[in-house]
Amino acid sequence: MQKFPIKGFDEGVLITLGEGDWNNIQSDLLSQIDNESTFFSKAKIALDIGERDLGAAQISKLRDLLLDREIKLFAILSSSKKTESNASTLGLSTRTSLMQKKESKLGAAIMDGEPGIFIKKTIRSGTGIDFDGHVIVYGDLNPGAEIKCTGSVFIWGKLRGKVHAGMPGALDAVICAMQFDPIQVRIANYELKNNKLLRKLRKKPVKISVEKDNLVLDYWDS
Amino acid sequence: MAAKIITITSGKGGVGKTTATANLSVALADLGQKVVCIDSDIGLRNLDVVLGLENRIVYDLVDVIEGRCRIRQAMIKDKRFDELFLIPAAQTRDKSAVSPSDMIALCEQIENEFDWILIDSPAGIERGFKNAIAPANSVIVITNPDVSAVRDADRIIGIVEAEEKGPARLIINRINPELIRRGDMLDAEDILDLLAINLVGIVPEDETVIMSTNVGKPVATEEKSKAGQAFRNIARRLMGDEVPLMDLDLKEGIFQKISKIFNTGGK
Repeated sequence: MQKFPIKGFDEGVLITLGEGDWNNIQSDLLSQIDNESTFFSKAKIALDIGERDLGAAQISKLRDLLLDREIKLFAILSSSKKTESNASTLGLSTRTSLMQKKESKLGAAIMDGEPGIFIKKTIRSGTGIDFDGHVIVYGDLNPGAEIKCTGSVFIWGKLRGKVHAGMPGALDAVICAMQFDPIQVRIANYELKNNKLLRKLRKKPVKISVEKDNLVLDYWDS
Repeated sequence: MAAKIITITSGKGGVGKTTATANLSVALADLGQKVVCIDSDIGLRNLDVVLGLENRIVYDLVDVIEGRCRIRQAMIKDKRFDELFLIPAAQTRDKSAVSPSDMIALCEQIENEFDWILIDSPAGIERGFKNAIAPANSVIVITNPDVSAVRDADRIIGIVEAEEKGPARLIINRINPELIRRGDMLDAEDILDLLAINLVGIVPEDETVIMSTNVGKPVATEEKSKAGQAFRNIARRLMGDEVPLMDLDLKEGIFQKISKIFNTGGK
């Protein structure tokens, strides 16, 4: 019989299931829970089922079996798209929906090759985004809000706050904004200085990159 | 019918939360609505003064919450309107005397007897603010046409969204048309461009507000006051009426408009 690793987190208990025949996994899981019934009593659990494809019937059956034991299954984490969509049809949380909750409703997406985060709202004063990868904002970045990331930053709106891209030393990072009116902008170790060009391009679409130890500001007409 | 519960807040202090709460309460009562306003600024109460009810306070919000009186006993009836009541804040306690769930329970007790519950929030984003927005089903953010008030409003709007009380609506208070005309003050358009939420009203700077605050008689009761008119218009908008924004421009003709374009273009 397999014993599955258990981890506690904010919302409840996460159990990571192993490989093998689903029926065996399910019965192993239930006997593990029955053996430690005091620990699991009235628990809220999330299951990480890896890349396995599960049908809605399989998920709901397991949910009901758990419910008989007064355990609430609230989330299914899986890298299988099919499983995730079946789980969310049943009203369970998935990795995507939990991530959204965690990052205060910012949607997270993994893009080809490099990690990125897509934020479909205006980032208001007092909000800090700190991300390992690229940041794309479909909305504005208001004064008092701040983005720090290791990659590039694209603001599909007005950049009026503070951006530090390419942390700590990624010289290939760029910053693009549809309307440029920033409080402070940095890429890697370079800070954008206030100069004539910056004043001229204020509120215009702008692209910033690093060239020869300097930040270069360009009108962004693609 | 359950009351509409609106919290009036701003982040920054001194922008006119209490004045707005008092005037909107009075204006709604004047429209025949049953209104109760709650001062949640415990330790720094003001709403009673602005409404001129200070000398009638026997019990307060904290007395209700701690069970020293029934809620009806803490509700002070207004001098002018029979259907307007105030639940005052405690002056000798602080914000920790109340919790968000206390506020929700309190509003649940009275929401079926009133059309409106208006909650005056304290400044800041801490406990007192959390108490004030907990029972709300919508939030009005009030700001002034200056950069720091607008910045704080932006922060508050973000928190209101995160607490799922949004989208908040906006009142811009103390607009001075003369300063705007000279280009020395943010205008409503600049503010809305940044905050991007719905506007429910613009209130002009008006010295009668200070005078009426001092005598405990909200300007909304004064026919001639411009600020009073603005608050009455906001109350009607809250009721669902379509009321156009007041024309605050003193006499901005085509000539001023052109010169304004040249001024801003040359910056």
